[in-house]
Amino acid sequence: MDYFLELFLGGLTRGSIYALIALGYTMVYGIIELINFAHGEIYMIGAFTGLIVAGLLTMYGFPGVSILAIAVVCAVIWAAAYGYTIEKVAYKPLRGAQRLSPLISAIGMSIFLQNYVMLAQTSDFLPFPELIPHFGFMESMGSIMSSSELVIVLATISVCVALTLFIKFTKLGKAMRATAQNRKMAMLVGINVDMVISATFVIGSSLAAVGGVLIASHIGQINYYIGFIAGIKAFTAAVLGGIGSIPGAMLGALVLGLTEAFATGYVSSDYEDVFAFMLLVLILIFRPSGIMGKEKAQKV
Amino acid sequence: MKFKLSLIALCLAMVAMLAACGGEEKKAEEAAPAEKAAAEQPAAKLVLGVAGAHSGDLASYGLPSVNAAKLAAAKINAAGGVNGAMVEVVAQDDQCKPEQATNAATKMLSDGVKIVLGHICSGATKAALPIYLEGKIVVMSPSATNPPLTQSGDYPNFFRTIAPDDAQAALEVDFAKSIGLKKVAIIHDKGDYGKGFATFCKQFVDADADIEAVLFEGVTPGAVDYSAVVQKIKGSGADGVIFGGYHPEASKIVTGMRKKGLEIPFLSDDGVKDDTFIKVAGKYAEGVYATGPKDFSSNPIYQEAVAAHKAEFGSDPGPFFPEAYSAALALLNAVKVAGSTDYDAVMNALHNSYVDTAVGKIKFDAKGDAEGVGFSVYQVQDGKYAEVK
Repeated sequence: MDYFLELFLGGLTRGSIYALIALGYTMVYGIIELINFAHGEIYMIGAFTGLIVAGLLTMYGFPGVSILAIAVVCAVIWAAAYGYTIEKVAYKPLRGAQRLSPLISAIGMSIFLQNYVMLAQTSDFLPFPELIPHFGFMESMGSIMSSSELVIVLATISVCVALTLFIKFTKLGKAMRATAQNRKMAMLVGINVDMVISATFVIGSSLAAVGGVLIASHIGQINYYIGFIAGIKAFTAAVLGGIGSIPGAMLGALVLGLTEAFATGYVSSDYEDVFAFMLLVLILIFRPSGIMGKEKAQKV
Repeated sequence: MKFKLSLIALCLAMVAMLAACGGEEKKAEEAAPAEKAAAEQPAAKLVLGVAGAHSGDLASYGLPSVNAAKLAAAKINAAGGVNGAMVEVVAQDDQCKPEQATNAATKMLSDGVKIVLGHICSGATKAALPIYLEGKIVVMSPSATNPPLTQSGDYPNFFRTIAPDDAQAALEVDFAKSIGLKKVAIIHDKGDYGKGFATFCKQFVDADADIEAVLFEGVTPGAVDYSAVVQKIKGSGADGVIFGGYHPEASKIVTGMRKKGLEIPFLSDDGVKDDTFIKVAGKYAEGVYATGPKDFSSNPIYQEAVAAHKAEFGSDPGPFFPEAYSAALALLNAVKVAGSTDYDAVMNALHNSYVDTAVGKIKFDAKGDAEGVGFSVYQVQDGKYAEVK
């Protein structure tokens, strides 16, 4: 039973990590039906910003928790700026083009950002400081769940709740939902669609940056390539849950994380990915638009 | 459509012609040294055959051994040769291809060569060995690491100055036993190198009654975390972990283990014996063991050979140069000790008399592997790798 609990909590952490990244994929897809492949790189840039800021703050002798807070805030701002710029540079000019063009542009952006960070920083792995403090009350549970895992899970839960409330109850959230339903109609009723799309990119990128800093601090290392695998897995989670749906992305990420953890724990980590993608295939066979996805006529 | 077809046909014809040209050039190259060898072989010469990839994709692995043989020959000749005979180096190209390797071996045999330095690739070596064995030619490779080449016992005429692929794993398991481990978890990164190493470790562990493998698993490189694997190691009751792979995964696993309070020894391989591992894993790297090649950079013969290479060829030597230089010295020394190129006498000398080489003072064990070359165990102590065994 202990073993089950340990695996469950490990899977929960992994699912939370995927969820923070998957939200960005699903929001962007919901609004403009574009798979933003550069999203994983935004996550990576968030982590790098966190590393640089944390390094500076440590040099100036800031206390532990404030470093984490400031690093997260800086990473969010910087990554949001990147998200905003990417949308303006790589996707907006192609908005009227056929669907494949922005997709290729997204892949190009992803490769560009990876190489840019590799050249500007380094291709080596870099150590990431442990910014998340060790809580005294977690000592007794240390073998089951570490403080950093707890922080990641709690952060994801609060981000998800806040995002849901934001989409449900604010004016911008309403505008987003309207744009997602029908972009032309939203324009006709006076919604500034360009602004809404930019806001979506900014929010998605911010979430990825939060994830980047927390996860890098949990794992303790980063390099320019971390966004790729994390991005692919998060994208899988988003598809699993039904791309375009925010609760779907959360659920999909959780299901994916738990499946991987249990596959490793009870079968073998050799088959971790086999089980994860078998699950994806099975779900897509029975529910082609994902667990929470809405059935609708596809334009592809 | 017709135009396209004829275009394709034209392309194919051109490719075929190019391939044909390549083949002819090669043959011409091969023929040249053979003729030379046949023409200049008076009795006072000792021919040292060098076989390996001297052209093609893998030439960069083979050419350093030719240079090494030339430098070793020059050194010995300057000191009066081997029992009065001047050493002459004759090269045969096999491009690391088994079929070319048998050709090269046949040429060596028909030219009356008695000692051969080579081949470079394990596959080519294996293909050529039966011919050498039949012709009673002693062969020594600086780079063929495939374990069965020596361990099968099929080729008593084969020696090597490099440790076989499984030497590192053998050392790792020996060391695990020496620090008192009884139940080990063997983890790898599913890659050729990591999984190969882990598989060898598992074979040695399974063959030994004092130690058992309680877990054998691969992890996906680059995954966001390895907490499930860490839990599994914990659940397996292992008292030590052997990891085959590279440092990014190793540092993630070690960090995860230590954070979960799992303080059992962590042993790994050459892919982890890297300063980046210590930099990234930080305080969690402390106490980690890793095997790595023995350091022979302070060996005077090695330094002298590198200096000679720079003087002669104007560049730093390539891969397997120290091993090839050592093999050339070992072969020539064996002929000197034996007093002739008689097969049994040379074999006896290789097995029984020590020789000073660039990789240390060596002789060869009953199967043909050099004793005293290979790997050491290092441990991270105060943020540095220190040799412990």
